[in-house]
Amino acid sequence: MNQTINKYSKQIIIVNSIFILFWLTISIFPFIWTLWGSFKVKADFFSRADWTYALSGFNTLIETGATTTFKAYLESWTEGEFGRATMNTMIVTVSVVSISLFLGTLGAYALSRSTFKYTFYILIIALIFRAMPHITLVSGYLFPFFQLNIWGILPTTIIVLVAINQPFTLWLLYSFFKTVPKELDESALIDGCSYFQAFRYIIMPVMWPGVVTAGLFSMMLAYNDFTVTALLLNQHNYTMVPKINAYLGTVEYGGNYMWAVSSVVSATAPLFMIIWFFQRQLISGLTAGAVKG
Amino acid sequence: MPHRTFFWFILPTALAMILFIGLPIVSSFFQSLHIENEQVLMEVENCDPFGCTTNVRVDVEATEKIEAENPLGRFNGFGTYTDRNHLAFDEIREAWDNTSSIGEFKDIVLNLPFYKALLFTLTFCFAVTPPVIVLGFIVALSVNTLAKSLKGLIVFGTILPMIVTPLIGSLVLFWMIDSQGIIGASIQILFDDPNLSLKASSNLTWITLIIYGIWHNTPFAFVVFYAALQTVPQDPLEAAYIDGATRFERVRFIVIPHLYPVATFIMLICLMDNFRVFEPIIGFSAEGVAQSLSWMIYQDLRNENKMLFGSAGATSMLTILGIAFLLTPVLIRTWKEFKTER
Repeated sequence: MNQTINKYSKQIIIVNSIFILFWLTISIFPFIWTLWGSFKVKADFFSRADWTYALSGFNTLIETGATTTFKAYLESWTEGEFGRATMNTMIVTVSVVSISLFLGTLGAYALSRSTFKYTFYILIIALIFRAMPHITLVSGYLFPFFQLNIWGILPTTIIVLVAINQPFTLWLLYSFFKTVPKELDESALIDGCSYFQAFRYIIMPVMWPGVVTAGLFSMMLAYNDFTVTALLLNQHNYTMVPKINAYLGTVEYGGNYMWAVSSVVSATAPLFMIIWFFQRQLISGLTAGAVKG
Repeated sequence: MPHRTFFWFILPTALAMILFIGLPIVSSFFQSLHIENEQVLMEVENCDPFGCTTNVRVDVEATEKIEAENPLGRFNGFGTYTDRNHLAFDEIREAWDNTSSIGEFKDIVLNLPFYKALLFTLTFCFAVTPPVIVLGFIVALSVNTLAKSLKGLIVFGTILPMIVTPLIGSLVLFWMIDSQGIIGASIQILFDDPNLSLKASSNLTWITLIIYGIWHNTPFAFVVFYAALQTVPQDPLEAAYIDGATRFERVRFIVIPHLYPVATFIMLICLMDNFRVFEPIIGFSAEGVAQSLSWMIYQDLRNENKMLFGSAGATSMLTILGIAFLLTPVLIRTWKEFKTER
């Protein structure tokens, strides 16, 4: 029966394939174009005369002697200190993910196992916190951070990103822990474990699917953040995204524009690779997150 | 779980949230009640062979002293909220009294910075959300019909615009629509107008930003719809098939009603997320013609001479008010869900 329902006529298949191709072009082509263009010089990528120069590398050939050039990459990684920004991003991302998972699993486990009414209010408050625009929070941070003299350094940014990330992590892990049968840790409690032991020895071994999903979202938040990092870090400590924006702000010479283009590629490539491997978790998390906020 | 154990489990995360989400909101509020210290002025007499002139100068020392005593500035109550850059009560009253037609009044009000930003923010929100839902649904339906072996790859391709941060996403598009980029140049050739530029007119810039918004948000709607499509019950579909319903009728009368709650939810999330639109404005360098509330806060904090904490705080509070408005239906929904769960 199912087979007959799900059998598609030829027309539908054709229309559908065309639509999918069209859609994929829209969603992927800009990235491919940027990747391609990052190996050209500015006069080709932004070609006043003829956009096909970007394909053939007409000016690139004149300026560098070959149709592809790594000049923008080399310069942005050396002169532009993009390597340093990459390092900072790695520090921030790894710290944010590990700290936020540590705090999140403990909290979400407690929320999922407690039967008291206050858990509900905590979750509602977390939902409200999640909706707060990050920039409004940043406007609250700056003044106290200047006074305490902790502005501009990585640890401050890390802790801020962890906090901003907590509401979502809590909700995600909360709905995950709800699916882990209660009997599992209850039997451990009856056998004389403390709650912490039950968490450590019974829950931890089975919680990895949920943790991977939550970790993926923490990673994306930390890796992609612009609002917090641009305003809370000093120029020297910039992570990749504010660094790219900084390249655009300084237009002293044309090369900087291509630095931004090549840096966009350097910054996006690792992210896409990670998502390629963890696509399934990303989608399951989005669905859970969407249903729960 | 006993209260004591619960407390220790929840403490670290609660502390992080209170210190870095709760307190900043309170701090923002306090900042919004204060305004920058006034500069102390002093008169200086300059004498030269041709006579003496008195100039007014800033007394740096005295200003710095006040600054050190009162780093937050002086108390201003709700003054910042009603000034020209925010709710602008005086200006609106004046405009109301001095204009003869509604159109004229509207022009004046919508040129005040706050209302201008609010107009853009709301336009963006409400122009992006409906196409996102429709397009997301169509893409989900379409991907759902594909062979299993293809799905993984195509889903990956589809979600790319959502994964990159809005700043990078908008930059990538911006470089293409630049008058010297591939799309921008092609449009010029197409319309045979070498001066045509998507950046030139404010309407075109708004449209570009909205298209970007749709591009960025559709994958989210797609993923949620796609997951929800897997939960559509098969029996009614089969029954409808036996009764002779066409494919379109089955989608219209069985699948869509089933996805209705999901669609409202995507709508709410989309509205909420887009209400804080900010990064695309930077990415598209559209500051000149499109300002959003979040962008106003950023601008106050990026002020070259002095960070305007008071002004940023006031805009923040007003933004939070707007978010609260949009958040209420989500909260009510969650509340109901919880009630039924228990």
